[in-house]
Amino acid sequence: MASAVKTSSFLQSSKLQSQAFRLPSSKPIVSFKSLIPMASLSVSISETFTKLKQQGKVALIPYITAGDPDLSTTAEALKVLDTCGSDIIELGVPYSDPLADGPVIQAASARALAKGTNLESIISMLKGVLPEISCPVSLFTYYNVILKRGIGNFMAILNDAGVQGLVVPDVPLEETETLRKEAAKNNIEMVLLTTPTTPTERMKPIVEAAEGFVYLVSSVGVTGARASVSSRVQSLLQEIKEVTTKPVAVGFGISNPEQVQQIAGWGADGVIVGSAMVKLLGEAKSPEEGLKELEAFTKSLKFALP
Amino acid sequence: MAFSTTSISSIKTPSNFHKLISSPSAIKQPSSSMPCTLTTKVASPLQIEVNEKNTNSTILQRPDSFGRFGKFGGKYVPETLMHALTELESAFRLLASDEAFQKELDGILKDYVGRETPLYFAERLTEHYKGPSGEGPDIYLKREDLNHTGAHKINNAVAQALLAKRLGKKRIIAETGAGQHGVATATVCARFGLECIIYMGAQDMERQSLNVFRMRLLGAEVRAVHSGTATLKDATSEAIRDWVTNVESTHYILGSVAGPHPYPMMVREFHAVIGKETRKQAIEKWGGKPDVLVACVGGGSNAMGLFHEFVDDSDVRLIGVEAAGHGVDSGRHAATLTKGEVGVLHGAMSYLLQDDDGQIIEPHSISAGLDYPGVGPEHSYLKDIGRAEYYSITDDEALEAFKRLSQLEGIIPALETSHALAYLEKLCPTLPNGTKVVLNCSGRGDKDVQTAIKYLGADL
Repeated sequence: MASAVKTSSFLQSSKLQSQAFRLPSSKPIVSFKSLIPMASLSVSISETFTKLKQQGKVALIPYITAGDPDLSTTAEALKVLDTCGSDIIELGVPYSDPLADGPVIQAASARALAKGTNLESIISMLKGVLPEISCPVSLFTYYNVILKRGIGNFMAILNDAGVQGLVVPDVPLEETETLRKEAAKNNIEMVLLTTPTTPTERMKPIVEAAEGFVYLVSSVGVTGARASVSSRVQSLLQEIKEVTTKPVAVGFGISNPEQVQQIAGWGADGVIVGSAMVKLLGEAKSPEEGLKELEAFTKSLKFALP
Repeated sequence: MAFSTTSISSIKTPSNFHKLISSPSAIKQPSSSMPCTLTTKVASPLQIEVNEKNTNSTILQRPDSFGRFGKFGGKYVPETLMHALTELESAFRLLASDEAFQKELDGILKDYVGRETPLYFAERLTEHYKGPSGEGPDIYLKREDLNHTGAHKINNAVAQALLAKRLGKKRIIAETGAGQHGVATATVCARFGLECIIYMGAQDMERQSLNVFRMRLLGAEVRAVHSGTATLKDATSEAIRDWVTNVESTHYILGSVAGPHPYPMMVREFHAVIGKETRKQAIEKWGGKPDVLVACVGGGSNAMGLFHEFVDDSDVRLIGVEAAGHGVDSGRHAATLTKGEVGVLHGAMSYLLQDDDGQIIEPHSISAGLDYPGVGPEHSYLKDIGRAEYYSITDDEALEAFKRLSQLEGIIPALETSHALAYLEKLCPTLPNGTKVVLNCSGRGDKDVQTAIKYLGADL
């Protein structure tokens, strides 16, 4: 239950981890590092962008759905993504009715839910694996999952697990006041989305309220790979850059090194790749194979970025 | 009235947003879709209506400027849709006070839909509920089943199609459960020459195959939705995804008083004709108001259409009847208001059937139109403030009522409507002699004959 997650000590959770998330072929995921308080290891999303900017780099932000094909693979995938040069990782919480997601992430969510994945088990997994990961992790979740826990309680659970950021695709700015307040109390950065259909007058307050980075949705539509990236993105990036110094990351529909390079060239501070990653993990013959493909794919994206 | 200013005043939204939303001129309009005069006028037809009726201000406040009914409602949608919702609300408010639009709509409702629908005194049904002393309530049926296409759904579909035309959108999408809203939408798209795509759960397509054929005959493309539970919930999700993807060319004719603002308000207004006619007809027939209104509730559009006119008349009881499926404690039901918890689904905060993790639970009802895990936010509000009462009826009880009305009145009701009819069994014995009950006969049951054969057997 929620209270158990909130109050469990690292020792308790590591015991849980070593039972639940040990891959047969490898040593337990949880190492002594999990005994070190999170704060000493974690870098916030904003700090990550500041550091990258100083180095003239563009952030690679992969997205994967938690629990697909299973949570122990997700834990391994987080480590693979981290070591292959991801700067921030977005982790999707599976939901029964993911309105903003295309078929690939819908299917991944359905598979994860069928395996019994829930917030509890995701948080347990994260508590085990985050101490071994150097880049910040942000959760991507639909609102009802948050509401069910209570907004304050949900943020405390995330903070306790070492999660740094939050994206809620079905809550527009007008409804984010409480979310942002509770997130701030718990050192969670609330990433807000702006889209090609967002009028400039709306985009400005969104950008002003966004924390961590501004999430620019590249196209009119749901998540999922597209053949090309709309050149509209370039002018949208310029428009946003005119009103803010906050980093802007572009996502939805980006699936290959060429697109990643193109978007970086247009001045984005980060690029988010989701469905393409989810597909590799979900459609692989075995988890091991999926992880191997994920590694190669992530490296190819990283290589395409400055 | 007790509920007039309660929870509404406590709702907080960022003040800068009220400015943003209520000032359409500040919002960029695609030049092709609407003439700019639409964006500068802010007169609210609802406001005018309230002044004319000289009632208190509850109608103005329900919903508030952000689409809230108390804490319920709102706009929980991907950012991509936010502008379209604002545009839709502006257009709706404008057209509702546009005389030419109203005249066109009234003409179509009269000559094409067949309004007004009768308020029919159900003599033998009334007789059936008389006690040993010959006393009992008088039961009237508001004959929405006599509308073109066989249900109330067309009131909203016609009006939204006209609205879409004014918005310059030529592609129409809709979700459907029982198929009645899909048929109504396909019908108006044929009538107005609009492209029509209907999303329908694969399971619903099977149990409502007649309606699937009707939609296709009318020229609509029916897309089967296999995800999730393959019912109305998933069809709605898929329609919203289509809208997110094609929002610039497409209007979404949402079929219930559900979804993000302005849909719950707009769909209610387009069905409010049901209640308005009822008030007028009641005066003609017995020189008074109804005492009790009864309607089935899935998303809740036919109920809101009947109730809305009377919400401010505190002496009129409002009763909504949900689907209890195999029983509310069986875990196989669609009794959202009876058993649900507050959450967010399909753009609105309302009561929902959900599990401990906030995942939406698969509902069950024999009636595809009630087989939905959510409910319109205004019903949640009316329940919470105690203005309306909500009860539930099982599949079996509904089937009994389905037979009863067929045999007593020669009217085969929809299985949805049968839930409202079944509640009369419980309600009537509690009512004083001569109580005027108006039950919304929301749809006809021809579409349900296949289902009924399955449950009742072909030889009854």
